[in-house]
Amino acid sequence: MNERQPGMSLVVQTVTRWLKGFIFLYGVYVILYGHLSPGGGFAGGVIVASTFILLTLSFGRERALGKLGKLMASELDSFGALLFLLIAVLGTAIGGTFFLNFIEKNWPTGNFHLFSAGIIPLCNIAIGIKVAASLFMIFIILAVIRVQEVRGKRKLITTEKRRKER
Amino acid sequence: MIYAMCFLLFLIGLYGATCKKNIVKIILGLVIMEYAVNLFLILLGWRTNGQAPIMSQQTDLPAFTATAVDPIPQALVLTSIVIGLGILSLMVAIAIRLYERYGTFDITEMRRLKG
Amino acid sequence: MGNVILLIALPLAMAFFIPMVGRKVRWLPDVLANITTLGLFVLAGQSWGREGIYTMGGWPAPLGIVLVLDGLSALLLFIINLISFLATLFSVDYLEKLYTSKLRYYSLFLLMVAGMNGAVLTGDFFNLFVFLEIASIASYALVGFGCEAEELEASFKYLVIGSIASTFILLGVALLYGRFATLNMADVASALQHHGFDQVSLFALVLLVVGFCTKAALVPFHAWLPDAHPSAPAPISAMLSGVLIKAIGIYALVRLVYNVFGISPLLASLFTYLGVISMMAGVLLALGQWDFKRLLAYHSISQMGYVILGFGLATPLGLLGGLFHLLNHSLFKSLLFFDSGSVEYETGTRNLEKMGNLVQKMPVTSGSSLMASLSISGIPPFNGFWSKLVIILAAVQAQRPGLALWAVAGSILTLASFSKIQRYAFWGQGKDFDAKLWEGWKEVPVLMRVPLLVLAVLCLGSGLALWHGLKGLFGPAISVLTDGPTAYIAKVLGR
Repeated sequence: MNERQPGMSLVVQTVTRWLKGFIFLYGVYVILYGHLSPGGGFAGGVIVASTFILLTLSFGRERALGKLGKLMASELDSFGALLFLLIAVLGTAIGGTFFLNFIEKNWPTGNFHLFSAGIIPLCNIAIGIKVAASLFMIFIILAVIRVQEVRGKRKLITTEKRRKER
Repeated sequence: MIYAMCFLLFLIGLYGATCKKNIVKIILGLVIMEYAVNLFLILLGWRTNGQAPIMSQQTDLPAFTATAVDPIPQALVLTSIVIGLGILSLMVAIAIRLYERYGTFDITEMRRLKG
Repeated sequence: MGNVILLIALPLAMAFFIPMVGRKVRWLPDVLANITTLGLFVLAGQSWGREGIYTMGGWPAPLGIVLVLDGLSALLLFIINLISFLATLFSVDYLEKLYTSKLRYYSLFLLMVAGMNGAVLTGDFFNLFVFLEIASIASYALVGFGCEAEELEASFKYLVIGSIASTFILLGVALLYGRFATLNMADVASALQHHGFDQVSLFALVLLVVGFCTKAALVPFHAWLPDAHPSAPAPISAMLSGVLIKAIGIYALVRLVYNVFGISPLLASLFTYLGVISMMAGVLLALGQWDFKRLLAYHSISQMGYVILGFGLATPLGLLGGLFHLLNHSLFKSLLFFDSGSVEYETGTRNLEKMGNLVQKMPVTSGSSLMASLSISGIPPFNGFWSKLVIILAAVQAQRPGLALWAVAGSILTLASFSKIQRYAFWGQGKDFDAKLWEGWKEVPVLMRVPLLVLAVLCLGSGLALWHGLKGLFGPAISVLTDGPTAYIAKVLGR
């Protein structure tokens, strides 16, 4: 084998190219409908993250990291958690109690609409962002990045680079 | 009976986590233990021919409470799955780092800490 | 009462906020983390002496999650946030020299603080498990923070034993839910009084006690502690030894036994046996150590033995001794770990045989360590003496003079092992002492000296000042424990 192509065979790549959008959209659907049907932030976030993991597996690291960089994923990870906390603290600010469902208390809506259940869909979105970003980070860190001593200093390098050095 | 099976699974996991020498097997043992507890929790909420615990304004309350399954164990299991995911990823990360340092997964060969 | 939620929300928010903004500016993580922990300390001081129930999301007690603030949790909150503030202050220069990636360090540190604050405040079993896991996972990662082989090994050992303990706790909680269909602690206590104590609740109690004892590192379950505590960075060792084993181990155990199940003679004698065994085994194992921090870690086991012995006596005087020693231990043990951190910062080693004559080079460090050593060995007028005295008096008063004798013996052995530290590291010299290296050593930076001085003054001052106001200070916490489940149910559920 000379000059191995990053990623898997043509069949996998083609199928991934067709499917990735649908998987992503399905994840978003699960996040948005979490308050009406089984699903929610965690399950949807895992599905969204699996899109990126599938991209990494079939096209190699560069392609997936081009879509969602490592720094970006880390920022989104923090952002999701902060958004979730912000919603919880807004309950304190508006209604006086942490995690109060202030939208439902102040502007009640009927059941089984897309925007029912007050803050729960918003929480689901925040959790979805957090879970998707952090799962992708976990996968990238476990699969691609290694710690190595370079002249006494610790550095994060990728496996491909290390393979070349050997 | 089915609860006893859960405890059996728990004990299998405990055996794997405590008696095995390979790091990967220890991790698998811990995961089995955790899932045995999750299974036990979800079985607590089990009800034959139960319905999903989603209420609307039109729901008939007595009929609902007679058939709906208990939603709390489901929430608990979801939370404990998330925690389990965190622990598992941390364990795997440490196992990978350990393999880089020692070149083996055998814990009997990692003996720098004694006393 | 509304401020209580900030004790959990603020560190969580900052834990995620610091990695977002701290990448660009080098000094920002230090400043933000220190401001946060200072704010937490002020908040904890405000909640001192107050009582109340906080309902999350406005759901009342048996339905939703409640936070319960009473004397016991206020005491623990004070300890946690005091030590965490001093630890962040100490971290600034310490991490600069010895470790990389302050962002992740502070993020994990604040997560751990949030977990401990939550675990101390919550009135719900599953919520307790969740907060306990947040604190534990952060501490697993912090133990292995240096990524050296020994640190990873210690972290993995801690991780495996800790998660087995957590799984035991989860199974215990699941069994309680299956039996009583409620997760609220007060509701479980009321159901226990109503239905009586049966085999399922006995099994759950055993699982929970084993789980919490493992988290508290009492002797049959202590194997992880002597590896994990020395491997962490020194401020984290101080947090783990000074606070974590108390907040998620001793506190949870005591709350479970005293306020949910109610103390019985069997449980009380179990506590006293665990206490005596931990006390003696910890100190005997410590005598042979040559690693500074490892010696201190074994002493944590031993001192936790004193605390749990005080709780096991189950008299008001014994409880007073236990709580007082809990506070004192967090003061002098974190001071000792800070000292070991300063020594490691300058000398680059933790081996006592390579140190020597530090008293001439590092007066603040050696002075504060001398005070802490005298305090932990129970020499008057330091605080350790008073709390050990109270425990011994309580044992005599409860007509268990044997226990008092063991406590005195443990104290003498503690003195022996700490004179070893003083002899080799500070006043004399070890076997492999190198005079050339010694020339280059100097006192640590100012920011690292401040926590040392503050804690040294507290060690001396609290012993003298608290002696008069002991009842007033620990009275609320003791009455929470002596009143038992009935008062707790009345407080949380209002019936």
